[in-house]
Amino acid sequence: MIQAETQIRFLLNGAEIALSDVRPDETLLDWLRLSRALRGTKEGCAEGDCGACTVLVGRPTPDGLVYEGVNACIRFLGSLHGCHVVTVEHLKGEGGALHPVQQAMVDFHGSQCGFCTPGFVMSLYAMWMQDPDPSEAAVEKALQGNLCRCTGYEPIVKAARAISSYGTLEEDFLAAERTAVAERLAAIRAGGRVEVGTGKDRFVLPASVDDLAAVLEAEPMATIVAGSTDVGLWVTKFMRDIAPVVFIGHLGDLKTISERDGVLTIGAGVSYTDAFETLSRRIPAMGPLIDRIGGAQVRNMGTIGGNIANGSPIGDMPPPLIALGASVTLRKGGARRTIALEDFFVAYGKQDRQPGEFVEAVHVPVPSAETQFAAWKVTKRRDEDITAVLGAFTLSIEDGVVRAARIAYGGMAATPKRAKGVEAALVGQPWTLETVEAAMDVYPSDFQPISDMRASAEYRMLAARNLLKRFFLVHGGAEMPVTVSRERAA
Amino acid sequence: MNKHASPSLTAKTIVGGVASSQRHDSAHKHVTGQAVYIDDMPEPAGLLHAYLGLSTVPHAAIVSMDLSAVRAAPGVVDVLTGHDMPASNDISPTHRHDEPVLATDKVQFLGQPIFAVVAETREQARRACKLAKIEYAEEPFVTDILDLDRREGKLVTPPLTLKRGDAAAAIEAAPRRLKGTMQLGGQDHFYLEGHIAMAVPGEDMDVTLYSSTQHPSEVQHMVAQVLGVPSHAVTVEIRRMGGGFGGKETQGNQFAAIAAVAAKRHGRAVKIRPDRDDDMTATGKRHDFVIDYDVGFDDEGAILGVDYFFAARAGFSADLSGAVTDRALFHCDNTYYYPAVKAQSAPLYTNTVSNTAFRGFGGPQGIVGCERVIDEVAFALGKDPLEIRKRNFYGTTDRNVTPYHQTVEDNIIHRIVEELETGADYAGRRKAIAAFNAGSPVLKRGLALTPVKFGISFTATHFNQAGALVHVYADGSVHLNHGGTEMGQGLYVKIAQVVAEEFQIDIDQVKITATTTAKVPNTSATAASSGTDLNGMAAQAAARTIRQRLTDFAAEKYQVPTDQVVFLPNRVRVGNQEIAFGALTQQAYMARVQLSATGFYKTPKIHWDRDKGQGTPFYYFAYGAACAEVEIDTLTGETMVERVDILHETGRSLNKAIDIGQIEGGFIQGMGWLTTEELVWDGKGRLRTHAPSTYKIPLASDRPKIFNVTLADWPEAGEPTIHRSKAVGEPPFCLGIAVFHAISDAVASAADHRICPRLDAPATPERVLMAVERLKREAGA
Ligand SMILES: Cc1cc2nc3c(=O)[nH]c(=O)nc-3n(C[C@H](O)[C@H](O)[C@H](O)COP(=O)(O)OP(=O)(O)OC[C@H]3O[C@@H](n4cnc5c(N)ncnc54)[C@H](O)[C@@H]3O)c2cc1C
Ligand code: FES
Ligand code: FES
Repeated sequence: MIQAETQIRFLLNGAEIALSDVRPDETLLDWLRLSRALRGTKEGCAEGDCGACTVLVGRPTPDGLVYEGVNACIRFLGSLHGCHVVTVEHLKGEGGALHPVQQAMVDFHGSQCGFCTPGFVMSLYAMWMQDPDPSEAAVEKALQGNLCRCTGYEPIVKAARAISSYGTLEEDFLAAERTAVAERLAAIRAGGRVEVGTGKDRFVLPASVDDLAAVLEAEPMATIVAGSTDVGLWVTKFMRDIAPVVFIGHLGDLKTISERDGVLTIGAGVSYTDAFETLSRRIPAMGPLIDRIGGAQVRNMGTIGGNIANGSPIGDMPPPLIALGASVTLRKGGARRTIALEDFFVAYGKQDRQPGEFVEAVHVPVPSAETQFAAWKVTKRRDEDITAVLGAFTLSIEDGVVRAARIAYGGMAATPKRAKGVEAALVGQPWTLETVEAAMDVYPSDFQPISDMRASAEYRMLAARNLLKRFFLVHGGAEMPVTVSRERAA
Repeated sequence: MNKHASPSLTAKTIVGGVASSQRHDSAHKHVTGQAVYIDDMPEPAGLLHAYLGLSTVPHAAIVSMDLSAVRAAPGVVDVLTGHDMPASNDISPTHRHDEPVLATDKVQFLGQPIFAVVAETREQARRACKLAKIEYAEEPFVTDILDLDRREGKLVTPPLTLKRGDAAAAIEAAPRRLKGTMQLGGQDHFYLEGHIAMAVPGEDMDVTLYSSTQHPSEVQHMVAQVLGVPSHAVTVEIRRMGGGFGGKETQGNQFAAIAAVAAKRHGRAVKIRPDRDDDMTATGKRHDFVIDYDVGFDDEGAILGVDYFFAARAGFSADLSGAVTDRALFHCDNTYYYPAVKAQSAPLYTNTVSNTAFRGFGGPQGIVGCERVIDEVAFALGKDPLEIRKRNFYGTTDRNVTPYHQTVEDNIIHRIVEELETGADYAGRRKAIAAFNAGSPVLKRGLALTPVKFGISFTATHFNQAGALVHVYADGSVHLNHGGTEMGQGLYVKIAQVVAEEFQIDIDQVKITATTTAKVPNTSATAASSGTDLNGMAAQAAARTIRQRLTDFAAEKYQVPTDQVVFLPNRVRVGNQEIAFGALTQQAYMARVQLSATGFYKTPKIHWDRDKGQGTPFYYFAYGAACAEVEIDTLTGETMVERVDILHETGRSLNKAIDIGQIEGGFIQGMGWLTTEELVWDGKGRLRTHAPSTYKIPLASDRPKIFNVTLADWPEAGEPTIHRSKAVGEPPFCLGIAVFHAISDAVASAADHRICPRLDAPATPERVLMAVERLKREAGA
């Protein structure tokens, strides 16, 4: 095997950076602010929730160079090998003027204290590159990961919708550099495995999935880091020692999505953002659910594989995937095994994963035309909030009778869990309100939820039961809408 | 923006005078990342970093503290305890000696700072904090005032009683009477920039502090007290905060004191910045309340007498709880006249962080309690709450005396509400909503229109003073300084507008400079919505002094009467000739005219006798109203704000763009307080909502879908305020209450509006669903 590179290389604004002295847990934000004195990027929370630290990361994809907003506070510097980091200091308009995003923000009075502002500018810039004529809903979605305590957002949303009146994407400075940047990044990435640091304090960027398997076999206790939207907080909040680290977020062969025989196979490294298009097209109810995971920055970084692997009882992907009958492929060295996703979650904090084993892919059956599927998340705040209760339902109803049911919940037990008693109470019964109400009484045998800061046990139980009723109303012909919606009357 | 363009000498008006929508002075720096906050400043060589070690139990005697491992940790230079404070370990802002810099013998809440580590890097300091071994002898603790006897519990500061008439007798004699209790949650400020201070040691006793504070003078005094040096040795400077909202009125003292002590001990600059979670755990918040009410009224809904008991979770020390709970009582009338009233406060001791100032300063809590009573009366009589509101409005010539015996002289609420009611089509939508609800079993809509009257002035009379310092340089450019601090509210630009207006020069000729105790002494906190009122007048006075000198100089030099010296845009007409402003100042300089002046202002008329509960604590009132429509899901309690219309007044606005920003931002913050923002303590005394992952302030997608904000253009301040404008910082916060009442209205439809929902706040999905369930049960029973 070829000698590993011992430094990471990436582009920061206009400069090429090569670093060999990087700690595995060093965050991009600290490096920007402390080592580079680029202090336009702010720290508001150090946990991915406020967006004050938003920067753009450009990465090569099969569709070309893509710039996405990320939370620099929980993004590890080491993971940026072969990327282009763009901070607020780099933005410029024509002839030294403000960039269109910036000018719109100024003209619409989009800043008050200004501390959140660079982050908003970067999120809006990322949005504008994808969608130069955004709807109000598109702006809101783009800003789910940015908190502003001063403005109440109104002027920011107005500014966001007016950006294109200040300039066009064609004239944008990053667009002009795109090809050149893409080439430079491709050259960096051609290098194979990267290994920085020595001994325990070391991190590795494997060259491929096979290389990853090899690295993990040699170092089974290493921390796998995909999008770092969980692991980042272990460092910034709990000051946990995570070394040695194996980064996998750059691995193109973990980022593939394919479909065969009605089953979607999603690589463990696919981000929410990248999964969105396929999942929302093939399984429409997944679209709105994904839109309520974190904010855009978290969805750009966070992976479905990570959401499964971390084993949280309040992760949003496992319940719907379990309800859909998904399975997961685990790999250790050359050996692979595929198990039902629900069997992966053994107990609180315990998954069926051996040291050195990693999640390679998840397989999601696309529900058939006769099957009804829905997944709903209930939270204190609508967007960018962690689940209090999430219910996911896959039901086959033929001739008014429930033929099959798979129902899974998050937030109701120590793991994502199926409501087997409820399922049994439905299967074989006529699809009527009576059946549903009888099944609602079975919940206590399936779940004994806890009370915490997100919700009381009592509320969790009530909302969980009511979600089944909602499912009945939605799929049983309610005449009126039964969920509140952000949509605006035309 | 070309800052160096020479000003137009033919313009009809200046750029950026008063009553213009001048954008925020730092807007272009905000959007480019060039606005410097304290953590962005270039660091002095040898800078050290401090970090706080926090208690891990809510109430205990400290038996022993073993900090040896902390001291031995990599990079650690020093560890400070309360005993290391050179002169005093006390930073209680109201001088009750109940708030140590670092707790020494006992801890009174979980998260109380007990030691500080000083290290070469912030990370080293932070990691070292975790190595302390502290032995506690735990004592019983209480975090929730519901677990206390609210009438008899220990208080952190003396309570207040307001009384007018014989409330008990009036309630007794009233045709109808009802009583109830409401729980009202607190609120974290969630300024985007957390607390931070950097101390740079100077010669002798001197130290300079850069502190993210709304109250530089208090930081100065506290640091001087802790160090045992005169105030003159301590200079506190702040160019801008990344948000304050009251959370940086007193809460910055601790950080500044620790940075200063460490800096003086080591002769090196020291910076301290807590992580967000520690900031939220260790610094105070808005007071939550339990409000008991007892009201007597007639069959038409006129309130005849009312008795309130406002119990507040003050936390372990007084901080500003006295003034905050006072202000709650001052607003228990909102816009309504009570023929007889009694209102009492109880700032209760709890083993929680000491609660503090937060936009509205208790006023919003008073209004929420009051509006609950209105709702109760409306439901009891089966009437629309808006009808009851209007029935009880203060009069303009009679029925206009408040519970604190001040006469309301500037009442404009009738017109505000009338215009909003019509403009928002309250009546039409009320009908449409009833029809919608009748046909919608799961989703229910609700509507509410709530008014606001907010008292303007510090209730501590001596705070109602301000100073300013204005220099005019020979070239005609102006340096402006005053005691107010900039936290995003646009104070600096408004004051610059005032000064530009006085001199009739474009605003870019006025240099806005950082607030510092070295230029303007003995300043008040930038709080109580008073920043512009006070500092604007002071700056105007300073500018007028210089303008008068220029006038006198020009009159004498050009031999014209002073009334022939007229300040035109960027120029001065002296007799028949026009001289550029900069040319005149150059001439004045050559003639040895003093071109620097201080200005001073104190609010007239106000006085307050707390012992009697009588006086005129407020110079004037600010008014507004909001109409909100929401939709709730009766299966999950999820809520959507469909539409909000606001009509608010700021007198003759100095800057409409800034004022609208304050109204929109204040409204959303108020809405957040009453909907998604929930503070939760667990059975171990831990605050569980100490980060944005668990504490949910509104997002862009929580805004009303339709949001119409109108600045009433007809009112002007009745008093001679700065250009007849009115304060805008706090009053609009209370507009968010409309959303809460709209939710309550939607909940009420679960029982056909026959039962008052008695919704507690914040109205999280959980509270909404539980209220719906309760109402269904009660309606069925
Ligand atoms: C602000 C914010 C909001 C969030 N909101 C939500 C939300 O709404 N809903 C939700 O469900 N989650 C949410 N999360 C959590 C997080 O985004 C998800 O759990 C995410 O999917 C984790 O993916 P990742 O790639 O970032 O994982 P990482 O943080 O990189 O890793 C997570 C865990 O999985 C392991 N791991 C990762 N990939 C693999 C693999 N291929 N094989 C084996 N182990 C692996 C890691 O070792 C680690 O233990 C939020 C997080 C943040 C910071
Ligand atoms: S600092 Fe808040 S998201 Fe990064
Ligand atoms: S402008 Fe202050 S937080 Fe957004």
